[in-house]
Formats: sequence, C-alpha cells, structure tokens
Amino acid sequence: MKNSQYQGNRIINSVIRITGYSSVLFVLLILFFLLREGLPALGSTPLASLFSLRWYPIEGYFGIVPLILGSLLVTVIATLIALPFGICTAVFLAEVAPSWLRDILKPIIEILAGIPSVVLGFIGILVFVPFIRKFLDIPTGLTAFTGALLLGLISIPTIVSVAEDALNTVPGSYRQAALALGATQWQTIWHVTLPAAKSGVLTAVMLGIGRSLGETMAVMMVTGNAPVMPVHLNSIFAPVRTMTATIASEMGEVASGSQHYQVLFFIGIILFLLSLVINISASLVSTRSRGRAERLLS
Amino acid sequence: MRRFSPLVFLFILFLTACQAAVNSTAEVNAALPVETIENKGSDTIVNLALAWAEAYQKVDPHVAISVTGGGTGTGITALINGTVDIANASRRIKDEELSAALAAGYDPQEFIIARDAIAIIVNPQNPVDHLTPQQLSAIYKGEINNWSELGGDDLEIVRLSRETNSGTHVYFLESVIRLGNPKDDAIFSADTLLLPSSEGIIAEVKENPHAIGYDSLGYITDDVKMVAISSLENPADYVLPSIQSVNDNSYVISRDLYIYTLEPPAGVIKEYIDWLFSPEAQQIVRDLGFVPILKP
Amino acid sequence: MNATDLGKSKTIQAIGFSFLRLITAITAIPIIGLVIYIVVKGAPAISWEFLSAAPTNGMRDGGILPAIIGTIYLTLGTAIFSVPLGILAGIYLAEYASENLWTRLIRIAIINLAGIPSVVYGLFGLGLFVIFLKLGTSILAASLTLSIMTLPTIISTTEEALRSVPNSFRVVSTSLGASKWQTVRQITLPQALPGIVTGVILGLERAAGETAPILFTGATFFLPHLPSSPLDPTMALPYHIYVISTQIPGMPIQIQYGTVVVLLIFVLGMNVIATLIRSNARKKRQW
Repeated sequence: MKNSQYQGNRIINSVIRITGYSSVLFVLLILFFLLREGLPALGSTPLASLFSLRWYPIEGYFGIVPLILGSLLVTVIATLIALPFGICTAVFLAEVAPSWLRDILKPIIEILAGIPSVVLGFIGILVFVPFIRKFLDIPTGLTAFTGALLLGLISIPTIVSVAEDALNTVPGSYRQAALALGATQWQTIWHVTLPAAKSGVLTAVMLGIGRSLGETMAVMMVTGNAPVMPVHLNSIFAPVRTMTATIASEMGEVASGSQHYQVLFFIGIILFLLSLVINISASLVSTRSRGRAERLLS
Repeated sequence: MRRFSPLVFLFILFLTACQAAVNSTAEVNAALPVETIENKGSDTIVNLALAWAEAYQKVDPHVAISVTGGGTGTGITALINGTVDIANASRRIKDEELSAALAAGYDPQEFIIARDAIAIIVNPQNPVDHLTPQQLSAIYKGEINNWSELGGDDLEIVRLSRETNSGTHVYFLESVIRLGNPKDDAIFSADTLLLPSSEGIIAEVKENPHAIGYDSLGYITDDVKMVAISSLENPADYVLPSIQSVNDNSYVISRDLYIYTLEPPAGVIKEYIDWLFSPEAQQIVRDLGFVPILKP
Repeated sequence: MNATDLGKSKTIQAIGFSFLRLITAITAIPIIGLVIYIVVKGAPAISWEFLSAAPTNGMRDGGILPAIIGTIYLTLGTAIFSVPLGILAGIYLAEYASENLWTRLIRIAIINLAGIPSVVYGLFGLGLFVIFLKLGTSILAASLTLSIMTLPTIISTTEEALRSVPNSFRVVSTSLGASKWQTVRQITLPQALPGIVTGVILGLERAAGETAPILFTGATFFLPHLPSSPLDPTMALPYHIYVISTQIPGMPIQIQYGTVVVLLIFVLGMNVIATLIRSNARKKRQW
C-alpha cells in the first residue's frame, strides 16, 4: 500500500474511533449537565421539604413525592394493560399466525409505533376523557387511568416487536422436539418456547416500562396534572401529576439558577437514573444473541 | 447503486418542492421583514398578541412579530434571560423577578395594555349561578366539596385551574383564595386540576357538570355558564363580568394586563407599543372580549 | 397419551388460539379504527390552500404551511447532525471494535441514550444549547437536541445492518489486499445500505413527531414569516397540534383534525417508505 493511502487510512480510522466513543460522551454530557444544575437542589432545599407531600413550587412547597408516585402509578397501570395485549399479540404473530396475516398485522403494529404521542394526547382529550367520565360515572375523565390507557397503547408496539424477536430466536429444534414428544402446538408455546424466550420477553417488558415512564405529552394532556398523593385504590380513577408533565409544564417559567429551576433538574436526574436502571437491567437480562443478524460463517 | 436512483430522484423532487413552497411564500412576503420583535409570555394574552401581530403586519410590513405563549412566568424569565423583546404578563412582575432584571443590568418598563375580568365558570346544567368571594375561596381551598352545599345538585366539585406558571393562576391565588390579604398563606387544594391552558379549562367545564373553573373573559364561550360574584363590601350584590362592570369596578375579580420591556422602548419596539394604545389596537382588545384601556 | 387426553389438549388449543386471535384483534383493530377516524374527521379540512397558506384569524383560518416547513427544516437539521455521526459510530461498533469492556460501556451508553425521556432531552437542550451556548430558541438548538435523541436509533440499526452482511464478503475483500476502510466503504457499506437507510428514516420519523424536546428549544406559537436562518425559532407540526388543541378558544375542530392528518401523513409516510425499502432489499439481497 502506498504511504499516502496508509496515512489516509489512519485518519479515517481515528475519525471512526472517535465517533464510536461519541455516545458515551453524550450520555456523560447529559448526566453531567443534569447533575450540575440539579444537585444544588439538595443544598438549597432541605431534604424534609424535598420529600414532603405537597408540590406547589411558587409558594415554596417542593415535595416531589406526589410526582414520583404519580409517575409510578401511571406506569404500573399502563404496563398491566399493555402486558397481556402485547405478549399475546407477540405470541400470535410469532407462533400461530399464517405468514400472510403476519404481513398485514406487523405493519399495523408499526403504525401504532409511529403515531406521535401528541396525536394520542389529542385523541385522548377529545374522545377518551369524556367517554371515561360518562362510562365510569366519575367526576372527571382526566385521570391516572386515562393516562395509563394511552401509555399502554404507546408501549404495546415496543413489547410486541421485542418479544416477537425473542420468540423467533428460539431455535426450531426446541419446538420440533416438543411436538415429537406429542405436545400440541399450544402446549409447546407455553411450556417450551415462551420459557426459552423468557429473557427476551422480560427485556421487552422492561423497555415498555421505560417508554411509559418517560412519556410526556400524552400524560400532560389527559391526567389532570393535580399533584395529589395517589395512595388509595380509587386514586387510579382520580387525577394525578407525573414527573414528566411537571418538567414540561414548568420548565419555561423558571429563572435560570433559581431554586425551582434546580428542583426541576433534580426531578430530571431522578428520571434519568430510573431510565438508566431500567435500561441496564434490560440489557443484562437479554441474551446477547443477535440470532437472525449474526452470520459468522456463510 | 442503480437501484437507488429512484430514491435519489424522489428525494431531489421533494427538496425542489420544498424550495418552491418557500419561494412562493417569499413572494407573498414581498417586502422581507427587516426587524423581528420577539413576544412571549401570558397564555391569557397570547391570542390578543397574535391578533395584534397580524394587524400590525398591515401597519408596518417591515416589522415581523413572533408570538409564543408559555405563561406569564415563562415570558418574564425569557425577558430576564434576554431572549425576548417584550414579555406579556397577566400579573405584575414579582419583586424577585424585578431584582433579577435589575441585577442583570436591565431597566424593565411596565405598560398596561388592556384590562381583563376573570370569569368564574360552571357547566350550563349547574343550577348554581351566584357565589360570594368567601364561598369561592372556600371551594378552591378544599373546604367546600359538594355542589349541594351551595344549593346545587349532589355532585362532587371538580376544581379546575391554570398551571402555576400562569399569571392568571397567581392572580387568582392572591385575590380570590387569599381574598387580597397579603398575610394569608392559604393555597389551592391539592386535588385541584392544573390544566396547561385556558382552553383546556373551557373544554372540561362545558363537558362536565361537576366542574368549576376560572378563565379570562376573552376565553369565555357560550358553552359555559358564568357565575355572578358579589364583593366583600356589597355581599348581596351579585355581578356578572363585562366591560361595563370591569370599568366601574363593580366586578371584583378584575385585573390589568401588562407588557414588560427590558429597557425604555426605542425604535420599532417603541412604534409597536405606541400603536397598542391606538383606537385600532384597542378595538381589537374589545373584539377579543377583553376590556380596552382607552375608553371610547 | 390416550385419545381423550389428546382430544382435550386439542380443544384447549383451539380455545387458546381463538383467544390469541381475539386479543390480537382487540389490539390491532382499534389502531386502524383510530387512523380512519382521524382521517375521516380531518380530510375535509385538507386543501391546497390549507397546505400552502399561513394561518390567519388567530390560527382559526388559513393554512398550516409554516408548521409544515418548520417540521421539514427540523427533520433536515436533525438528519444533518445525526446521520453522519450515527453511521460512522455504527461502523465503528460493527467493524472496528473488539468485544472488550470499553465496547460494552459504549453499548450501555447507546441503550441509555435511547431510553432517556424526551422531556429530559428538552431540559438538556434548553440548558446547553439555548442558554449556555446562547443559541436561543432556534432551529439549530432544536435540531441539535433532536439529533442526540435520534443518534442511538441510527447507530443501532447501522450496526445491525452491517453485521448482517456475511463475513465472507469481508474475507474475500481483505484477501484481495483491501484495507479495512476500503472494504467497509466499497463492499460492506453498500450491501448494508438498505438497512441503514431504513433505520435513518425510522429515526427521523420519531424526531419529526416529537414535541417535548422542541418545546423550549425551538418551537414558537406564531411566526409571521418563514424562518430565514437557523437561529430563528420556527413553528412545527407537533407543537402546533398541541397549541391548537389546548390553547385557542373557538378553534374549528376540523382544522385540528386536519393538522393531525398532515402530521400523520408525514410521519407514517416515512414509515411506509422505510418498510418498502426494507422489503425491497430483502428480495434483492445477494446472500
């Protein structure tokens, strides 16, 4: 190889190497920035106040507990809704559906994935909120449940596609062995295939949870945004305020560096850490086989 | 690479279409604006600011005014950060905001550009049509929880409010919940729904017989019912909000609407602000349901 | 297993399959119903004037051209920053990196970038690009914010697309004396291009539809003229939908649905193009 070519290669290789590290750089940058702006909240606001039960920032009430619980409540209900639908649909697509049906259904699920959350929030206000109020005969349709319904819709495509991938990765020999032993397809699915794909399915669920936790627009438009402590069972059908909606609503009004600004960034840190935990667990759980994409020999 | 030529072709077509669209609108904006005024803040004022911006384009096509909402708090913060020229506010600037601006080396100027009434609204099916200020305060503090306590139906009260970044919210807190008493530290009850916009309140109130909300007069539509409010001095005299009752001070929940600039206005900003006090601009105020500063 | 056991199992299976069909139908049919509902309610509002004129009468009349152009600008801006960086990073992971702790760290970082809530990106963008770098509320700040958000998608799909190219291609190229970069540029990358393009389009599709990251970094309620520089704020379809459905009294419902339809066409259109590229490539695959 000519010398100039070799030099050119060295430069290209270095550039590529640097871009490879860029993702780490960005994560660290975001973390750094959040910490820089948010940690001072621990200094300026006494912990007792920060973890009190009332959020009313313009009068100095900075209790973030109702917000954390609000996010958790909506996320948990959303997952409970999305899980059965997501997993069953994934099983149907991977194991039962004929390929022509699969070719129709997969794009439909992907359409749901593509619908922007503000559109779902829009439909939520116009259609779901009045309907839920009348149907359940409750004072208002702006509730945690309504938000959870929308979040469930948003996380279903994630659960379906990751779980379906996981099921497809289970080697055909597993299924054949079970069938050869006399099991029906149904028994095979639930006793052999699904357990074999367990880690992938678990990953799917965790990614779905992460998606729900981080959603902003849809919940901001339909949950009522009341910073109530959601501790009773019927809090599900009462308004609630999530961490994400709080940041989005109040972000613009805070003076840079003020106590309120710091607490909002602090909430951002909490969200960042929660998603970190969920995502790292998801990646530890998932089998690192890249099945259909990996071809070492061909 | 041949299989990608249709894709490349489509992409180029797409870009050309974009360019054509941009060019055609550029022709429409024949005199390309020389100056932009950035205007941000109160969601109460935002539609008024929008109407003014549209009208002012005809007055002076060389000036373009960009309008955004976000709440009074947002606008004033943007002003202090130096990212907008005019901040719209539905409450007066707070002391700490003023000191922040002064500390940053600015000399904020205040202008009252219209007046406004805060209407208390309920669902048209709700029989309750008048309240005293004390009752209103008790409702929003969470002390009265059922419409039957006020002579209405046996329905749980659902309280609606704007978000805390709204000047309207702060005004309501100080003048209604605290009845104007600066030493009072009462706040909204925790289960008050904090909706991100005035229109959101209207949407819920017109749908929901349990609901009570408050909104600027400029946002009230015929789908909701206004409640007459008495005053502390004349508790038996219930008054509905209107231009008349705001101007003669018989409706107590009235307030001024402000704009703030960083410095004493000069150049195009000064011309624009001067225009806001013209009969044409004040007619727009009236058309939108607010109360003009300029009496006819 | 005797005959009755087998019969019972088959019955259970039949019931089970029907149950799965039902659940899937309940999941899939509302999606179609939703899209049809929106299109039916919004299509009447769509006309050439709607697509090419600016809003008038406080947004209640006229068209949504500035929002459409704004979304296009933001999508292009996002592409400019995220596509080159993302593809190169994907090449690094697929072709250059060895499986050590450092690489593991990079992968964890990518997964985390993908999972960060969009509003946290908004916070970050506001703090870094708008305030600290003094870009103000601008197309530039919003594009940069959206780019970092889109990066993980592009990196992952690039890596996966490259990995799906059989190793034999690389082996043959190297044995003919090509350097690693030459192999990548002339052999592996072109083979992986459909997968990469699909991933890019899907990533940009998400960026086009997001509201939270642009709320305070670039979006504005009303601009009387189209943005003339990257430092101007802009209207954008997702923000416009949020505003007209929550802020404006007396907003004709048809215009709201119409705007939603336009955004859906834009976003789902990208989806369709990506799917077509993917299935087309699958047929033409050389392995």
